[in-house]
Amino acid sequence: MSARIFNLGMLVLALALAGCATKKACDYSVFRAHPPRSIVVLAPLNESTDVKGAYSYLSTVTRPLAEMGYYVFPVAEVDELMKENGLPTAYEMQQAPLDKIGQIIGADSVLYVTLRQYGSKYEIISSVTTVTADAKLVDVKTGLTLWEGSTTAQQGSGDSGGGIIGALITAAASQIVNSTTDPAHQVSSMVNYQLFTPKDGGLLPGPYYPNDKKQ
Amino acid sequence: MVSHPKVILAVAAVALVTGCKSPDIYYWGHYENLVYISYTRPDKATPELQARTMEEDVQKAAAADKPLPPGFHAHLGDEYYQMGRYDLAVLEFQKEKELFPESAVFMDRLIATASKR
Repeated sequence: MSARIFNLGMLVLALALAGCATKKACDYSVFRAHPPRSIVVLAPLNESTDVKGAYSYLSTVTRPLAEMGYYVFPVAEVDELMKENGLPTAYEMQQAPLDKIGQIIGADSVLYVTLRQYGSKYEIISSVTTVTADAKLVDVKTGLTLWEGSTTAQQGSGDSGGGIIGALITAAASQIVNSTTDPAHQVSSMVNYQLFTPKDGGLLPGPYYPNDKKQ
Repeated sequence: MVSHPKVILAVAAVALVTGCKSPDIYYWGHYENLVYISYTRPDKATPELQARTMEEDVQKAAAADKPLPPGFHAHLGDEYYQMGRYDLAVLEFQKEKELFPESAVFMDRLIATASKR
C-alpha cells in the first residue's frame, strides 16, 4: 500500500517536471515581429471520442493565456457570436476568414486548437487520463503563424481521481474542480500550462505580463 | 514522525503548485468554472446563479486587491443580458473595455446590441 502511494507520488512529481521541460527549440522571430496584444480562442477541433472534450478544453484555456499577459476574449461569448453568425461547428469556425475575425471581434491573433486525445482509460486498479492538444497562434493581419505547439498531459490514478492524489492535481490545475467528475477536464488545464507557459517553447510574455516576473 | 510516502507527496505537491508558475496576475474566482458548467450542466448554471457567483467574486477580488481577468466582466455582462438586465449588461461591457482596450471592437458590438433592447 505504501509502495503504491510512493509510486503515485513519483508520478505526480514526474508530471510536474514534465510541465517545465523544454519541448523544442522555438523560432520566435515572427512572433517578435508581430507581437499580439490579444488572442481569440476558437472552439477546438475534437478528434477524440469524447464529445464533451471540446468545451471542457475551451473552459481551461483562458487562464494560462491571460497569465502569460494577453487579453483573451471571453470564450463563451465568442462561441455564441460565431454560432449566431452561421458557424455552428468548430470546423466552420476555424475556417472563418481572418479579416472577418479582425472586423467582428477585433482580435490581433487567433488560437487554433485540435484535441487529438481526451479521456480516461480504465484498468483494473487504476486509470490513466490523457489529453493531447495541438495549438497554433496566427496573426490576424498577416496570416503568419506566430507560434505552434503540441503536448500531451497524463494523470494516473490508483483510486480513479479521488483521494490525496486527486486533491494535489486539483490544487495545481487551478482550482477548477469540485464541480467536475471528469478527470480529463483537470488534465486539459495541465496541457494548457505545459503548452503556453514554459520559458522555452511557450508563448512570449504579452503586454500585461508583469515586468518583475520576466526575469 | 513523517513517513516516506508523505515526504514524496509533499515534494510533488510543492513542485506541482510552485514549480512552473509564479503567483497569478488575476483573481480568477469562478469564471472558468462557470463557463465549464454552462456547457456541461447548463441546468446548474442559470444566468441568475452565474451572475450571483460572479458578483461574489468581484467582492473577493477587491478584498484580495487583485484585478479580475480578461473576459470576466464580459461574461458577467452576458449573464445580465440573458436575465434581461440590459442596463447592468452595458455597464459590465464598458468595464471590460476600460480595463482591456483590446476588447473595444467586440464590446462595442455587445453594447450596441444591449442598448437596443
